[in-house]
Amino acid sequence: MEQKDRVEEISVRHGRPPVMAPGYTFATITDKISSIVLTRPVSLGWLMGVGFASLWAFILLFAVSYLFYQGVGIWGVNIPIGWGFAIVSFVWWVGIGHAGTLISAILLLLRQSWRNSINRFAEAMTLFAVACAGMFPILHLGRPWLAYWLFPYPNTMNVWPQFRSPLVWDVFAVSTYFTVSALFWYQGLIPDLATLRDRAVNRYARTIYGFLAMGWRGSARHWKRYHTAYLLLAGLATPLVLSVHTVVSFDFTIAVVPGWHSTIFPPFFVAGAIYSGFAMVLILAIPIRHFYGLEDFVTIRHLENSGMIMLATGLIVAYGYIMEPFMAWLGGNKYDLYQFWDRAHGPYWWVFLSLITMNVVIPQLLWIPKMRRKPGWLFLISLDVLIGMWIERFVIVVISLHRDFLTSSWGMYYPTRWDWFTLLGTVGFFFMCMLLFLRVLPMISIFELRELLPEAEVKVES
Amino acid sequence: MAQIFHRSTNTISRFTIFGTLVVTAVGLWAALQLERSPYTTFAGVARPQPVPFSHAHHVGGLGIDCRYCHTSVEVSSFAGIPPTKTCMNCHSQIWTNAPMLEPVRQSFQTGRSLVWSRVNDLPDFVYFDHSIHINKGVGCDTCHGPVDRMPLMYNYASLQMEWCLDCHRRPEKYLRPRDQVFNMRYQQPKEFQPVEFNGKKYTDQDALGRELVKAYHLRTVEDITSCNTCHR
Amino acid sequence: MGAEEKAHHAVCPGKKHNLEEIREKLASEDGPRYWRSLEELAGDPAFQEQVKREFPRGASEWLEGFSRRGFLQLMGASLALAGLTSCTKQPLEPIVPYVKQPEEMVPGRPLFFATAMEMGGHARPLLVESHMGRPTKVEGNPDHPASLGGSDIFSQASVLELYDPDRSPAVAYQGEIRSYAAFLGAMQSQLAAQRLAQGAGLRFLTRTVVSPTLGDQLKTALQVFPKAKWHQYEAANRDNARAGAMMAFGEPLETQYRLAEADVILSLDADFLYPTFPGAVRYARDWASRRRPESSRAMSRLYVAETTYTATGGKADHRLPLRQMELEQFARAVAQGVGVNAAGATAKGMAGTWLPALVKDLQQHKGNCVVIPGEYQPPVMHALAHAMNAALGNVGRTVFYTEAVAANPVDQNQSVSELVEDMKAGQVQVLVILGGNPVYDTPAELGFGLIMKEKVPLRVHHGLYQDETAQFCQWHINAAHYLEAWGDTRAYDGTATIVQPLIAPLYNGKTDTEVLAIFTGQGETKAYDIVRAYWQRQLQKQAPATPAARGKGKAAPPPAVDFEGFWRPAVHDGFISGTAFQPRQAQLKSIDFGPGPQGSPPALEINFRPDPSVFDGRFSNNAWLQELPKPVNKLTWDNGLLVGVETARQMGLKVNDVVELKIGNRTQQAAVWVQAGQPANVVTGFLGYGRRFAGRTGTGFGFDLYRIRTMKEPWSTAVEMRKTGDTYLLASTQGQQSMDTQLGTRDLVISATASEYGKDPGIILRHHETPAKDETLYYNYEYKSYAWGMSIDLSACVGCNACILACQSENNIAVVGKDQVNKGRHMHWIRVDTYYEGDRDNPKAYFQPVPCMQCENAPCEYVCPVGATVHSSEGLNDMVYNRCVGTRYCSNNCPYKVRRFNFMLWQDWNTPQFKMMRNPEVSVRSRGVMEKCTYCVQRITQARIDSEREDRKVREADLLTACQQACPADAIVFGDLNNAENRVSKLKSTARNYGLLADLNTRPRTTYLAAINNPNPELPAPAEQN
Repeated sequence: MEQKDRVEEISVRHGRPPVMAPGYTFATITDKISSIVLTRPVSLGWLMGVGFASLWAFILLFAVSYLFYQGVGIWGVNIPIGWGFAIVSFVWWVGIGHAGTLISAILLLLRQSWRNSINRFAEAMTLFAVACAGMFPILHLGRPWLAYWLFPYPNTMNVWPQFRSPLVWDVFAVSTYFTVSALFWYQGLIPDLATLRDRAVNRYARTIYGFLAMGWRGSARHWKRYHTAYLLLAGLATPLVLSVHTVVSFDFTIAVVPGWHSTIFPPFFVAGAIYSGFAMVLILAIPIRHFYGLEDFVTIRHLENSGMIMLATGLIVAYGYIMEPFMAWLGGNKYDLYQFWDRAHGPYWWVFLSLITMNVVIPQLLWIPKMRRKPGWLFLISLDVLIGMWIERFVIVVISLHRDFLTSSWGMYYPTRWDWFTLLGTVGFFFMCMLLFLRVLPMISIFELRELLPEAEVKVES
Repeated sequence: MAQIFHRSTNTISRFTIFGTLVVTAVGLWAALQLERSPYTTFAGVARPQPVPFSHAHHVGGLGIDCRYCHTSVEVSSFAGIPPTKTCMNCHSQIWTNAPMLEPVRQSFQTGRSLVWSRVNDLPDFVYFDHSIHINKGVGCDTCHGPVDRMPLMYNYASLQMEWCLDCHRRPEKYLRPRDQVFNMRYQQPKEFQPVEFNGKKYTDQDALGRELVKAYHLRTVEDITSCNTCHR
Repeated sequence: MGAEEKAHHAVCPGKKHNLEEIREKLASEDGPRYWRSLEELAGDPAFQEQVKREFPRGASEWLEGFSRRGFLQLMGASLALAGLTSCTKQPLEPIVPYVKQPEEMVPGRPLFFATAMEMGGHARPLLVESHMGRPTKVEGNPDHPASLGGSDIFSQASVLELYDPDRSPAVAYQGEIRSYAAFLGAMQSQLAAQRLAQGAGLRFLTRTVVSPTLGDQLKTALQVFPKAKWHQYEAANRDNARAGAMMAFGEPLETQYRLAEADVILSLDADFLYPTFPGAVRYARDWASRRRPESSRAMSRLYVAETTYTATGGKADHRLPLRQMELEQFARAVAQGVGVNAAGATAKGMAGTWLPALVKDLQQHKGNCVVIPGEYQPPVMHALAHAMNAALGNVGRTVFYTEAVAANPVDQNQSVSELVEDMKAGQVQVLVILGGNPVYDTPAELGFGLIMKEKVPLRVHHGLYQDETAQFCQWHINAAHYLEAWGDTRAYDGTATIVQPLIAPLYNGKTDTEVLAIFTGQGETKAYDIVRAYWQRQLQKQAPATPAARGKGKAAPPPAVDFEGFWRPAVHDGFISGTAFQPRQAQLKSIDFGPGPQGSPPALEINFRPDPSVFDGRFSNNAWLQELPKPVNKLTWDNGLLVGVETARQMGLKVNDVVELKIGNRTQQAAVWVQAGQPANVVTGFLGYGRRFAGRTGTGFGFDLYRIRTMKEPWSTAVEMRKTGDTYLLASTQGQQSMDTQLGTRDLVISATASEYGKDPGIILRHHETPAKDETLYYNYEYKSYAWGMSIDLSACVGCNACILACQSENNIAVVGKDQVNKGRHMHWIRVDTYYEGDRDNPKAYFQPVPCMQCENAPCEYVCPVGATVHSSEGLNDMVYNRCVGTRYCSNNCPYKVRRFNFMLWQDWNTPQFKMMRNPEVSVRSRGVMEKCTYCVQRITQARIDSEREDRKVREADLLTACQQACPADAIVFGDLNNAENRVSKLKSTARNYGLLADLNTRPRTTYLAAINNPNPELPAPAEQN
């Protein structure tokens, strides 16, 4: 612990902002955070935010209903491009989820104390992102009401799923991921729920929080078991960060389609996932700390670290972009070669161009420390990366499919209004959930923040 | 300060935690049972028919051969439902004014068909061929059950895919000599009751089955479990 | 985005309604009419677009068949993921036996009957499959010399025509339903009047009459009414061929070719391999038989000089695109070369290069070559051809002359013009139109419709549809479809064929013979009796009555010979053996070919051609034909105006641009399709579109070019073209028509010249390195019983599309509509890809039919999450529809893109007629399910079961796939690869055999035989000519 302290000191001496502004006590931290949920009046801004977000969520409901009514034909998908926005967005959302788990689990194991102030809403983000992602594989089916056939269950047909198919692996990867994240998030909440229970004045609030707190009393015994369980879950979650998107990338690598059939995908996808994930974390963190006045807890330090992680993962992604055509050239496969030629020169050249600009060129700004420390700039860059990563998946899914082997069967993909409604609808749904979460649950882990205080040292030691 | 929850909450919460697990498990199990139950399969459920035709009487009692009415069973995918003419072959002489047979006479006079309701009904995406099963030594009652003891016709088997596969995966369990196919009282070979085939007596089904599979050149299990055997 | 805007343009090609037009139309209407609005009356495309959207369903992506309530209900439930019905409970279904079962019928097994379909002046002999009394599938009649089992798109699609819900359901007077008796009653008084006038005011208008019986009836009618007249008209008539024959021989002789004997073939604009050409089905077989390097006989060589890119042109070893005038000059030059004295010969440019080589080639093959003139070439071209064939000694060896197939060949354009004159002069009181749709398909300049409406008191129309003509007639008699009717007809070789019905008339329609019976005093006789009576008479004529025969005492009149003995086999076989016309000794007159074309050609000229799919417009309401990609350009649902690449560049035209065509003072719009290989300054327009009363499917597609066509120059004439600035979406099914990518060419169609291949057969496989069998991580299947495989001969394939429709009919394949085709969602299980090679102004075309490859290492199989597409023990990639959840992963991973997906509910589940039409042996796929070619697994299964019942292996002859059976060129061969004796195994062992994309190690079961061309070494190779 002294050593941890020293690291902190050094970094602060070297002009890096602290993890938490000085001068806080257990009490003040608790007040500040719990007040947001308990005492703070509902702000007009929040209401408008929720209103707008849920409007889009409703549009999603509408789009989905019409989808079930008419079939996937209402989308732009066709032969040869059998997968469109749905799968693009699926991969995108799953990717976004990753940052949460990375922060809460991996950084925990690495004892990165700064994660304590952002892991809570990062995990929430993960949860909601995966929820959005989870919709698409079902929605994009021709017969969504039979989606359960992908689960192995004893049936009267005496047939099983086809286990060689990556889609079946997806089912397990994603559902596991969702379950673990949910558990992890909820367990993290328990002590804070207890805090809220104890501080709530409203009777109903007390009952509800109390119910959710599962009778947490904060006894030493509780804490001991709690920490063990928390570490165990973290241990479980850590491999998932790598496995989930690896499996998702198999959806493509397993296929013969030029532009999909590539061994570099797993690491490349994971990096990309974390890249976009942290972009989303920043997009959430920056407004939150601003509007809820949490600059002291979510400090420039956090933003800067996130920025650095984005820079690093962004470079890995860029490396991937370089490697793909290089491998094609090295392998000399005429179909692969054409695929990458087509990306840059074909009808979708402008998509590819914007991809490179948004994912490779612009993020280089993050080399400049000033940029990393200016929330406004950071926010814009994150937005750029987020969109860029969506485009990346579009390039992989659509552009690879639109011109494969037989020139006679080349085609084009034009998204319809329903594609857009569904995509934007999930975004709305995501933010709706996020805003509701901010209102009813402590967005920052109170007790973990307490641990950052010098007073906490002894406690944690025991 | 006052407790929000009564002490009992602890027990309740514990109970609910495991309770939910149990309930879901039971629910799934129930669903699967329902799927296999006569409620879904109609197995053993007699259908309403325009004429209460009794196979028990005609087959069991009078000993009319299946093929007298189901003429195309040996040559076609469809066993054939007898035209009214077939009924009238006899019933123009006997029971000529039994009220029960009024619809039959009606049909014969007006030339308007009798509308029976299907008993053994497969989904439209399943293509079953009677002729080949008959020719490979699958007895009528293997699938249709003791028709000669059915006053009103009902389907004997669930007709679900697992049921089909049970035989397609191990045909030797069910085959019988061709000459026994239409014998409704046929019993599988037992110690005290052997079955003769090609001059050899067999006392257990497996031996007989294996022999028949060879003799009748059954296609391999791999062949007859290929999807296109039944689906196209 | 892009597509939606485009689609939007498609909806309104921006044709304002013209008030004049509407007023004119209104003036011409009276009584209750079928038109629903001024727009429809004016033939407004926007309106027609709406009509089109009614059918086929799912044609539009927004609110199609949309009930607000149903939707709202669903919207509520939608988060619960629409009906989680794991319990698939069978509904209670009825089962209805016969009262008295027909003897020959075995329930559950199809029966086959021989009959014939008549079209364009000759019959296509057929064998029709019937399930429990419902005709479901048409095949060529294997015993008939004109078919040999092959068939064509028109006969294949005729099943849909039979069950077309838009067919006219009843007799109608002024648009109101009447009984046939009522019609007879109404006619009695009229006929009485006419009898007094000896029929002076009576006119019959028919299409080309081939049926001996009908011809005989008409002659009788003209005896009953001596002053009555019989006119014949078809838009795509054979006047030119007839006139040519008159020029050459002084009598309307029919020309037949024996292409199996021809070493060198010169086609002067003749599309003789495409089924709009008389005898094409047989010709394709004969021609293909000489295009296989394996065969003992040397390969034939095909020269095609043509004015538009045709399927035949695509198969040419040397193709020469010329405009009409140049073509005639070239023909004259060739004629001179072979010793025919014809003036006005010139051959410039490419033609010049050709001439010596071609002439030499023809000279060297005297007696074994043939010159074939195009149906739509002027008479003199036919005469020239006759003269050349005579000069080359081909007559009696590769060319034969017989008497005309038509019962009474006349100059139809003249005939109909005379009719119009008579009508103008008010001499026509009663006009009986038997079949045909003159109001639509006569050139607008005649003004047929309006004149008829104003001048003819009583107008009777007999036809399948309440079409444009029906709108202008008081009486409409709904015709019986040929699958419902008794009749007779003749094939192109004259073989008489009995037409027997497969089903009682669905709307008890009448045959033309039955209608005509009224005028021959036969009263209300059944077609069956009429036809029998006719042939009885014929038989008696042949055999002099012997008193001995009288004893038999059959039905009166007592047959002099055993009529049943003649009739039964005739009906059974589908033709009367020995009735093929005998070759005639045709004496060539000394012909005056005239001076030949003078002056300079017009700045721009237009060719009119009947549409390859809907012909002259009679098949407009046939969705199968509408959605069938037309040969070469792969257009569907429209008639694109073909414009050459160079011409388009000069005039600044792009695909989908709408232009205005002007001939004389008449104008008509058309949408441009830029066509490689189209001669410069020549545009080609296809007839048969822009229908206004075709039915829900056909109404409103494309542009009606009859409006600017003229009687004087019906097939080629000068035209003015103006770009309007509007656009009209044309839907083509093929992305790119070249194997070239910016990074080199892909070896999709492998071709070689006969000499190259002869020297070194290895040349074919050199294109592909196929990985070794063990180069896979997956399990190598073994195929112990059967191993089905297919071989497709790219040398033989003539790109006639017969396979596509045969497949569509056999496998209940749905139609999706233009919008969806444009989105890339057409459903054909087998498609014919067309690739161009070489120069864009005259490229060589290759046709490649692509069904499912049934890979042994199938990329589709291992990616399906639910095992809906799995490997069968016989090597098929089974597609299990009922297991498919619709991830479309298999399609993404299919390198051949042969999988088709039901993006929406394409199948029409409600229309009862379609229920009757479908093949009961094949599942009808619904929404959200993937489908693809199965090698006709239903046929495989049936053949296997039948063979097993007899305890033997499946014989090659027992099992043909639908595409194979239909193929007129015998290019598709299917069978068991485990049997080395099978044709397919032998073909696959030849050096020509290669697998498409075999380098992916998919091990396709469908493989191709490389296309071998036989170019003249003295001419530049097709690729690098020009």
